Amino acid sequence: MTGDDTKHLPLEDLHAAAGARFGAFAGWSMPLTYPAGVMKEHLHTREQAGLFDISHMKLFEVSGPGAAALLNRTCPLDAGALDISQSKYTFFLNEAAGIIDDLIITRLGDQRFMVVANAGNAATDEKHLRALAGDFDAKGDFDAKVDALDRVFLAIQGPEAWAALARAGIETGSLLFMHGIEARQNWFMSRSGYTGEDGFEIGLPEADARNLVTRLLEDERVLWIGLAARDSLRLEAGLCLHGQDITPEIDPASAGLMWAIPKDIRATGPFIGADALRAIVERGPAQKRVGLKPEGRQPVRAGAALFDADGNQAGDVTSGGFGPSAGHPVAMGYVQTALAKPGARLFADVRGTKIPIDINPLPFTPHRYRKG
Amino acid sequence: MAKTYFTEDHEWLRVESGVATVGITDYAQEQLGDLVFVELPETGRKLAKGDTAVVVESVKAASDVYAPVDGEITEANNALSSDPSLVNSAATGDGWLWKMKLANESQLEGLLDEAGYQAHIG
Repeated sequence: MTGDDTKHLPLEDLHAAAGARFGAFAGWSMPLTYPAGVMKEHLHTREQAGLFDISHMKLFEVSGPGAAALLNRTCPLDAGALDISQSKYTFFLNEAAGIIDDLIITRLGDQRFMVVANAGNAATDEKHLRALAGDFDAKGDFDAKVDALDRVFLAIQGPEAWAALARAGIETGSLLFMHGIEARQNWFMSRSGYTGEDGFEIGLPEADARNLVTRLLEDERVLWIGLAARDSLRLEAGLCLHGQDITPEIDPASAGLMWAIPKDIRATGPFIGADALRAIVERGPAQKRVGLKPEGRQPVRAGAALFDADGNQAGDVTSGGFGPSAGHPVAMGYVQTALAKPGARLFADVRGTKIPIDINPLPFTPHRYRKG
Repeated sequence: MAKTYFTEDHEWLRVESGVATVGITDYAQEQLGDLVFVELPETGRKLAKGDTAVVVESVKAASDVYAPVDGEITEANNALSSDPSLVNSAATGDGWLWKMKLANESQLEGLLDEAGYQAHIG
């Protein structure tokens, strides 16, 4: 997709100057790699600090007396139970409990929430939220306002991320994993990410972002990291990519994401898709998401079919590639529930050859979040 | 004396005594990024021009490398099994992919020389 509809990052000139190779993703022209290359970029993030431009993702502010109720309807969430500055990983579900998008919601104030949505789903998400907000309004239940924010969105990830931010004049000491604050005017900063490492995501106005990027890149611990390494980092960390590992046809029980839904909400929450999800949990999902470790060096990629030892269809791979930190190919996918046991051996069809592939616990590399 | 040819698909061939050593160009390895696996062909396999001879896999994607001419595989670069990154570090040297005995040397006439290839990649 390189037509006129392709969206461009506000900081594209900085990426071009840094030697980025661009490619299309979710309707955006995105930096895929920089001259260091995906392998070095990946390892650098795990060892020091990687800077990612994730402005393709969208920030929405949901506010008003009905904000919590609106979010409790769209997500299997108790928004009102969140402490101020607390973040929660959750999803928009459809009536069949399929995942429309996965999101992080942070409580900013009594009646204000920040919703961070995926690039490819931002328009759908906004429509979904606005339609339900309008519905609420029409019924006179509550009043909730949805504002799409115009921000540059940066992520800085890795063990030195906090120190690099401190050197750039941004203290993060009291902010713990899965918490977010409005650090400055029109800034939103959370301790979160998509790599499995300690790190931060910062939404901020473009002029502030240019300043911050300049200061961060003066620090030799900080390197630009492209979308290719972002994908290998999140895959090693066992994190789902919406559109591949989770889709509107996949429910949270099959995806192994029930941990994101509080117990009482599972039982009695008023969210869209609640009946369908309860029925799925009751009878047990037919398939489950698992980590997969191919034997040998050959990567097994999304779309590869999985078979059991007798040659029967067992599932399929939804994400796969090479894990630079793991040092071997890594993948995840869905297999029939009866087969979804750690260590179980399956076979992946790669261009007609059956490659042994074992069910492996996720993540492939341990998470190193700063929880307290 | 060896002569080197190029294809529009970013392969090079070094031909000596009816045998071609084949690899991908430096431009191609740069486009692909860090390679993590090379699926090598079996010796003795007969290939027609355009057949997939080798699959090179980067962190992100798998890409086919085609036979640039007809012939029979005489050797695969087994060093790539343990170190596929040789293709990145030495695409036109130690990172060669396979050797093939040419079935029809007249096919070489349709290939590019170095100046032609440089013009092709602009």
